[in-house]
Amino acid sequence: MADDLVTVTIEGIQIAVPKGTMIIEAAKQAGVLVPHYCYHPSLPAPAVCRMCLVEVEKQPKLAPACVTAVADGQVVHIGSEKAKAARQSVLEFLLINHPLDCPICDQAGECELQDYVFQEGRSGTRYAEYAKRYSPVEDFGPDILYVPNRCILCTRCVRFMESVAQDPILNVSERGDRAYIGIAEDQPLDHPWSGNVVDLCPVGSLLSKDFLHKARAWDLDKTASVCPGCTQGCNITIDTRDDVVVRLRPRPNLEVNRHFICDHGRMNYRWMNRGDRIEAPLVRDGARHLATDWDTALDRFGEILRGTRGSAVILASGRASTESLGLIRRLVEGRDVTAAVQVPLGDEAPLASLPNLALRRERAPNLAGAELLGYGRDWSGAVAAVGSAAVVIVLDAELSPEEQASLASAPGIVVLLGTVPYDGIRNAALLLPVTTMAEENGTYVNRDLRVQRYNQARSQPGMARPAWWVAGEVLAGPGPDADAPATAAQAFAMLGETWDTFGGLSYADLGFTGHVLKPGTPAGATR
Amino acid sequence: MGFPHPSHPRETVVLSEHFGEAAARSYQGWIERGGYAGLRQALAMAPDEVTNVVKESGLRGRGGAGFPTGLKWSFMPKADGKPHYLVCNADESEPGTFKDREIMRWTPHALIEGCAIASYAIGAETCYIYIRGEFTEPLRIMETAVAEAYASGALGGNVLGSGRRIEMVLHRGAGAYICGEETGLMSSLEGKRGNPRSKPPFPAQAGVFGMPTTVNNVETLAAVPHIIVRGAGWYKGLVMGSPKSPGTKLISVCGHVQKPGNYEITLGFPMKDLVFELAGGMRPGRSLKAVIPGGSSVPIMSAAEVEDCPTDYENIQANGSMLGSGGMIVMDDSTDLVYQIWRLAKFYAHESCAQCTQCREGTAWTTKVLERILAGKGKTEDLDLLLDLSENMTGKTICVLSDSCAAPVVSGIQKFRSEFEAYISKAQKPALVAV
Amino acid sequence: MSEPLTRLEPRSPRGHSGGHAMPHEPVFVGALREELEKLFPKYPTKQACLLPALWIVQRERGWISEAAMAEVAQVLGLTPAVVKGVVTFYTMYHTHPVGRHFIQVCTTSPCGLCGAEDTLRALLEATGCGELGATSPDGRFTVIEVECLGACGFPTPILVDDDFIESVTPDRVGAILEGYL
Repeated sequence: MADDLVTVTIEGIQIAVPKGTMIIEAAKQAGVLVPHYCYHPSLPAPAVCRMCLVEVEKQPKLAPACVTAVADGQVVHIGSEKAKAARQSVLEFLLINHPLDCPICDQAGECELQDYVFQEGRSGTRYAEYAKRYSPVEDFGPDILYVPNRCILCTRCVRFMESVAQDPILNVSERGDRAYIGIAEDQPLDHPWSGNVVDLCPVGSLLSKDFLHKARAWDLDKTASVCPGCTQGCNITIDTRDDVVVRLRPRPNLEVNRHFICDHGRMNYRWMNRGDRIEAPLVRDGARHLATDWDTALDRFGEILRGTRGSAVILASGRASTESLGLIRRLVEGRDVTAAVQVPLGDEAPLASLPNLALRRERAPNLAGAELLGYGRDWSGAVAAVGSAAVVIVLDAELSPEEQASLASAPGIVVLLGTVPYDGIRNAALLLPVTTMAEENGTYVNRDLRVQRYNQARSQPGMARPAWWVAGEVLAGPGPDADAPATAAQAFAMLGETWDTFGGLSYADLGFTGHVLKPGTPAGATR
Repeated sequence: MGFPHPSHPRETVVLSEHFGEAAARSYQGWIERGGYAGLRQALAMAPDEVTNVVKESGLRGRGGAGFPTGLKWSFMPKADGKPHYLVCNADESEPGTFKDREIMRWTPHALIEGCAIASYAIGAETCYIYIRGEFTEPLRIMETAVAEAYASGALGGNVLGSGRRIEMVLHRGAGAYICGEETGLMSSLEGKRGNPRSKPPFPAQAGVFGMPTTVNNVETLAAVPHIIVRGAGWYKGLVMGSPKSPGTKLISVCGHVQKPGNYEITLGFPMKDLVFELAGGMRPGRSLKAVIPGGSSVPIMSAAEVEDCPTDYENIQANGSMLGSGGMIVMDDSTDLVYQIWRLAKFYAHESCAQCTQCREGTAWTTKVLERILAGKGKTEDLDLLLDLSENMTGKTICVLSDSCAAPVVSGIQKFRSEFEAYISKAQKPALVAV
Repeated sequence: MSEPLTRLEPRSPRGHSGGHAMPHEPVFVGALREELEKLFPKYPTKQACLLPALWIVQRERGWISEAAMAEVAQVLGLTPAVVKGVVTFYTMYHTHPVGRHFIQVCTTSPCGLCGAEDTLRALLEATGCGELGATSPDGRFTVIEVECLGACGFPTPILVDDDFIESVTPDRVGAILEGYL
């Protein structure tokens, strides 16, 4: 093993890295950033931007760190005069045709050109009396605009489509300073993963029409989360502005989605901002529903469960968290239970070059979690079972008018935990407002049985609470000494009491990249 | 010979012996002139032996880089089971250079033979000859010659009865100087934009189609049959200057001389004599101002630097320039040097492939600054700016097109500063309309 | 130094192939398809046949339209975007119709030193083009200036279609053009 390691000194810090590591990656391990544009860990490196030129002792020319492998005993300088001068010159060259668009450019505040120029660019231009190259904005496809004036020709977008998506729809056209990113007339950029080029673009050249002029980067709050779009479980960042979700972006996870998310997941956030929410717990009083406080509602829920004998049906959304699914399931322990999770289906859209990454058919982020907790996929069977159940619990499922009608005529007691109202179910005993995944902490289990945490990105509207909290309170019963879970972490820790697979696992074990479960083996044993 | 002029007695006529003889173009005509003896001899040797002979001879790449040819061939892996390729660089586009086209126009079989020997030496069964798209006549002549060579068994599955296979494919370029850069050529051959590539990996490890490849210039390959037949010692002994620069070179003399043409000299031949004697010297009433000796990508030499300079790699380097491709652009005192340097910068700006930031933007910026100076709007700071830009464009890019743009600019300002200052001070009338 | 030239760099119109509402007649059928397919065994990839394929298109049609690029892409298993990126890289491919005869004049320094600009001016006048990159009113000629044509000892070389003509001086222009109707 020692044979494969190479010792190198970068900016005075000595590290040992595997042979064949490029200087730019080795530098990361030394905690040093080598400024760059065209390089990206998920793309082939062409070494064209020339920003990453570093000084290597005993070598006459500066070396491009993204394609130069470390050599044993090498001493590398990133902040030396020569390297800094070279970088400053690259920045100067990039700026001569780059328009002063910052005030109207979406990328401002998260722009790598701004960042490096502020850090080490020249303070004034030497290109003052010349005209800048000009071309009009182009519409590349359903969501993507190309602003050629701002393009620095790093070619990340071209390489993404060519090597990662394996659908080379973008090209570099023409030569020299006339070059631009081109596209064929009748082949728009509508690949199911094409939105990633907007993230990859270091400047504001490729823009999302969806996000155009919507919010300034520095106004955004950013929360680490998991995409609720399908069973892949891509890691995302939810960007909010004044408590409104305005954008989803991929968050790197080399095990799950590398640096990418699909367009379906990317655009699937508007539902998080719906304003038509159930605002307060509603308890049935004769023919009406009255708003009440949580204590009353929870007491009533407990009463219902203690006061009924017989089977139970749970109809759960595929977006419900593991904590919520688990604790709700526990509410009906000891009964004959038909529990089903809702899984809308769509077309699969793989990302060609990455074998285990695709937009999955099953558009339910926690299908695997639900199945581990005893939920099945036979939705129509579960709906049919409503006709003979004593208790029916709906956990934020989307119900069709027909399904709502079945529930409306259910012989048993119906308790609805929902985010948006169910107008067709007038007979529900309780209607309790719960949070969406954007308004709570929780976990999802993806199709590879990886448990991943997501975090609260916006505030809980009205009196909404997480479903696991509702169930936890009911399980613990009333009273000041009741031992109900107060946090999602505590709720998660309770799962192991009932389901071995989660035994011994805590939030701390999940880290930033999650933890893969082995069903049948307590997670604690595989940690 | 100083084609199209009659051979000068001080030339060393080897490659150019049959320039001008239409009969030399045919396979039969070439056989009558001793052709294909080298190939026959090489096929009777082991491939490594052939490489060693070429190494011994001291032959260096004639396209511009001057890299030792035999050494380059020896980089090819042995018995690796991968297809090897020989690529002949016939993309001659370096301003001032027009020698490879003569070799192809008059002695196509010399090139075919040289390619065949090289292919054999490096274990290649396929040789691609990449001819620039504008060379319509050389292409037609090569097509005929290749067909003849196949018909006569000098190419194909059983070359000259040796049992060896050598296939030769002519590939036409489409107008891009950068495809003369060996890695740019490989990209173009693969049917892509002619973008140069970073090295490593080197072509011998991963070249065209990812396979071990050797790229050689036309003139280099045309010398190979002679070396095989006459021996490495013979070639090595053709020296007039530095012993590291043996052999003959076709110098393409052009510009302000009475007899422009290709002159074949033994390396080390006095540059002054090349210009004033072989190429007929200046036009009446004119004196020498400057020479760019190696195609436009090398520093400009002043008349004083030319005075006592042997024409070879080492000596020209010691005298402030490079031999390069040997395209010798001669400029007399009527030359507006600033204008010519601007025109060269424009050339590089037009030909930049657009990959590297410094080249893509720097060549265009350099051109614009020079335009302003020529338009009478230049400032003294512009000269420092040009020198700074040139330094930023040198030694920092994937290929040397960027450096090549800087070379005439830097050497022009260093050695002919007064001409720039004349435009700036407006002592010299503007040569261009303001942009 | 004589009158400055107006310099107009001919630009391929981006994204617009200029008035080509007519449906594209496939190029690679019959004998032309055979001509292309004969090249396939000479290269390990089909993409390597791209430049030769584009030359065939330009030879047959005079220029390379977006539709033709799409056809070439389909025949070689590439995307139209890749083909377009290649076509726009090389200066000899036309992405819009040009005059019946396309004239390329070298004006790089070695020829520039020897009167290339005078030759260029003479050609612009004699053809009636007037401007670089423009097609003459009678549709006969388009004239552009190009970079070094590799015949620096024979200033000024020009290409008229595939004819490489050397040592063109202004006085020869008339006679040369007569040969091209």
